[in-house]
Amino acid sequence: MTTTAETTATSLLRFATAGSVDDGKSTLVGRLLHDSKSVLADQLEAVERVSLGRGQEAPDLALLTDGLRAEREQGITIDVAYRYFATARRRFILADTPGHVQYTRNMVTGASTAELAVVLVDARNGVVEQTRRHAAVAALLRVPHVVLAVNKMDLVDYAEPVFAAIAEEFTSYAASLGVKDVVAVPISALAGDNVVEPSAHMDWYGGPTLLEHLETVPVGSDPSNEPARFPVQYVIRPQTEAHPDYRGYAGQLASGVLRVGDPVTVLPSGHTTTVAGIDALGRETDIAWAPQSVTVRLAEDIDVSRGDLIAAGPAPVPTKDIEATVCHLNERALRPGAKVLLKHTTRTVRALVKEISYRIDIDTLEQRSGADGLEVNDIGHVVLRTAEPLALDSYTDNRRTGSFLLIDPADGTTLTAGMAGEAFDTVRATTEPIEEDWV
Amino acid sequence: MTTATHSLLDTQENPYALSHLDALEAESVHIFREVAGEFERPVILFSGGKDSIVMLHLALKAFWPAAIPFSLLHVDTGHNFPEVIEYRDRTVAQHNLRLHVASVQDFIDDGRLRERPDGTRNPLQTVPLLDAIESNKFDAVFGGGRRDEEKARAKERVFSLRDEFGAWDPRRQRPELWSLYNGRHAVGEHVRVFPLSNWTELDVWQYIEREGIELPDIYYAHHRDVFKRDGMWLTAGEWGGPKESEPVETRLIRYRTVGDMSCTGAVDSDAVTIADVIAEIAASRLTERGATRADDKLSEAAMEDRKREGYF
Repeated sequence: MTTTAETTATSLLRFATAGSVDDGKSTLVGRLLHDSKSVLADQLEAVERVSLGRGQEAPDLALLTDGLRAEREQGITIDVAYRYFATARRRFILADTPGHVQYTRNMVTGASTAELAVVLVDARNGVVEQTRRHAAVAALLRVPHVVLAVNKMDLVDYAEPVFAAIAEEFTSYAASLGVKDVVAVPISALAGDNVVEPSAHMDWYGGPTLLEHLETVPVGSDPSNEPARFPVQYVIRPQTEAHPDYRGYAGQLASGVLRVGDPVTVLPSGHTTTVAGIDALGRETDIAWAPQSVTVRLAEDIDVSRGDLIAAGPAPVPTKDIEATVCHLNERALRPGAKVLLKHTTRTVRALVKEISYRIDIDTLEQRSGADGLEVNDIGHVVLRTAEPLALDSYTDNRRTGSFLLIDPADGTTLTAGMAGEAFDTVRATTEPIEEDWV
Repeated sequence: MTTATHSLLDTQENPYALSHLDALEAESVHIFREVAGEFERPVILFSGGKDSIVMLHLALKAFWPAAIPFSLLHVDTGHNFPEVIEYRDRTVAQHNLRLHVASVQDFIDDGRLRERPDGTRNPLQTVPLLDAIESNKFDAVFGGGRRDEEKARAKERVFSLRDEFGAWDPRRQRPELWSLYNGRHAVGEHVRVFPLSNWTELDVWQYIEREGIELPDIYYAHHRDVFKRDGMWLTAGEWGGPKESEPVETRLIRYRTVGDMSCTGAVDSDAVTIADVIAEIAASRLTERGATRADDKLSEAAMEDRKREGYF
């Protein structure tokens, strides 16, 4: 690790990995951490000590991502482990999701904040049911970039036709789900081919190594192309001698750009006004964009509080009737008639599960109607009625203002992850191009 | 297969690109404001260590120009570096903050805690901490823990639910999706909140440099009388060191972490400026805790065990 490499990181990429132990995911993650020199001597020593104790000759890099004792004792897996590493170009936050039990829930959780998902396949097996499932979850969660890492190329003699066939099959499947950017990389996590260093065995591959791709893939969307969405978190009123009349709305831009002078609508009330000032954490500014945290002052003295949305551009119509695709996260099933809490941006309201329209088979993407409930890991489509109107965008348009949680009012358990609107482009195709008048 | 189009949002060209420090700062400020909006009595754990200093700095920015709507809590082991206590008191006065102190010494004096044979008081902090949380009815407790620190922390949530005994039960932790934090809790329970979850040690130092944040002097290289125990340089003090077999020598050292004097080790260093420190950390081959914390070396699962009992 060199000083300059570590200290000039300029951007932050959040990404997720999906794949089972058999695909070599732990080895890949260990390899990324190890070869990018993010594993330090004391961590490596601990791995060597345990490996030796288990009679292994080489340090088992998979141990770097080993679980907690509580997990082993209780036979559970905590959904996501976060790993951190940096290169000269970029800082990375890796959401490492276990592939076996609770796979869908874990991957949904990890993918919710990811801008890129690495889907791992074993070159000997090609695209299997689980691969399609991982692609579907990435598409469902609208992860903008997907990388197919075709692993264990060393076990298929580094043969190009094997890679090309898998890449072709996966790319067309992902494209049919609406994934816009797919890149396939042939690797061997065990041998280190094309993970960090280019492979000496695959001259036929002209693309980037996995890490090179992670370092150069664009981060974030272009806020200038999005309508501004600013959920109000907190009202700042110092009431001090220096600031007797200051009234600012604190929040983080969920999308878009806000400028001083912009006309805005406050939802759900529908009041319109203009932006009088923007304070960027103590410094006055005339422009702010997603995902900055700022404080917005409005020209008129209207009633604005936590839970309101300050919107510019085409504003969503507040509604009490929500149709959404959901992933159920809890062991207790979600059933029609359930009374829950719905947490959307900074607003939490009571909600009724009116209908579970259908369950989606994540492997075949078929709709299974007649479901009497959603079990843990189930993906489905639901109709909800809320006690108060919510200003939701379609999840397709906005991952932050289109997402919500369902919460058990009795004990606060997070039950379900929700995404407003239809899940996949293939499903949407039948309802387009009409305006989404339900939002 | 499509190739990624990299032209649109290359960081060099994109006027809306955020640096990694900007992105981390925006996320942490969002977390502080969520807690302010949803909890009745939040408190920031403030030790005078660099992570808690950065937390306080972020909180001050998050609510500017208003005062931060939280008080501070220091769990005082009694084995403090004088420089750190001086820094703490000066900071509290400067920003007109309210400071609660939970004293391990008080608990030892009245018999609720007993001194350990090895003299270290780090594990003893849990009882006064939980007592302070309970008696002040704190419902959200900000901690400076980072997921890069240690294996048991890598799976910690930003909002971490603790039961009425302050204990962490992995089974009850809630999935955290998007930036939707679920802070619902029953009366008597509380939520530990970690605004620096996604920061690394290097991020913290780069941010300290960028923001010009003052730290206690012991973070920078200075000459100090130290002795060696368990491979670490410890400062001599009333807490029980050195033993006769442990010769004291004057060395040029600095502290990478600041905690209880009895188990926080110094590292040999000539880093006198922030830039020196950043260069040193970037080149270091040891993690922060591996280099400086005796308590984490006790067992493979030392941190995990303390966490489950209600430690920071």
